[in-house]
Amino acid sequence: MLEFFFLFMIVAAGTGGELCVSRAMKVVGEVHDFHPAALIRFVLRALRVGWMWVGVAMMTLAFFSLLAMLSFENVSFVVPVTALSYAAGAFGAMLFLHERISAQRWLGVFLVCVGVTLVWLSRR
Amino acid sequence: MKDSPGLHLKTYILIFFIVLFAPLGNVLLSKGMKGVGSAKNWELGDLFHVLVSVVTSGYIWLGIACLLAFFVAYMLVLTWADYSYVQPASSFSYAVVALLGYFLLGEAVPPLRWFGIVVICAGVFIVGHTHPRTTEKA
Repeated sequence: MLEFFFLFMIVAAGTGGELCVSRAMKVVGEVHDFHPAALIRFVLRALRVGWMWVGVAMMTLAFFSLLAMLSFENVSFVVPVTALSYAAGAFGAMLFLHERISAQRWLGVFLVCVGVTLVWLSRR
Repeated sequence: MKDSPGLHLKTYILIFFIVLFAPLGNVLLSKGMKGVGSAKNWELGDLFHVLVSVVTSGYIWLGIACLLAFFVAYMLVLTWADYSYVQPASSFSYAVVALLGYFLLGEAVPPLRWFGIVVICAGVFIVGHTHPRTTEKA
């Protein structure tokens, strides 16, 4: 039961966090200068975007859930089952962003879910 | 934005870093957390002791360093590449993490798990080859 709880936290908080960070990065703009000083200025600029903090907070929650799950499961099991975030992303986009999900994308999400089920079944 | 060969090259380099550092970080975290003890046995009173064990583990810090390297590469590539492009391109991480788990940690990876990982990668690729925009522009 504990593994279901941690998996839910990893998938829900991880997907939400990635979307928030993605949004923040689009606000910051494209990087052209890769010098250390420029990269530090880039990180400081990113930290002034609110979405960045929301994203980091959610990803931190997902990270500690990942640590907890890794304490009792193999990494070759834990990381693949977190691919459920693709299904979470598709359902979230449909329900909360009112995006139209194409049949092809649903097929991909379905395959991911089949793959996660196979990995889950390989645990015993 | 101009679609130059240089843009492709820096995108591929950063995706390589993403595919390498994320699985390596997870493998190191797994190694560290196995030393801390199973979360199934944690009591509320043990949490401070668990936290101390986590922050004093060298493997955990190495894992965090790798994940930070992954995160920086991920942030950089997202400033010019679409999330819907980066996400499927980084799907190789699932295969790499199983390989590293097998070779570095000696984990038993049954054929059913390998097959499941291949199916996951196929699914992620199909998702990645759909049109990135599904809504009308305002």
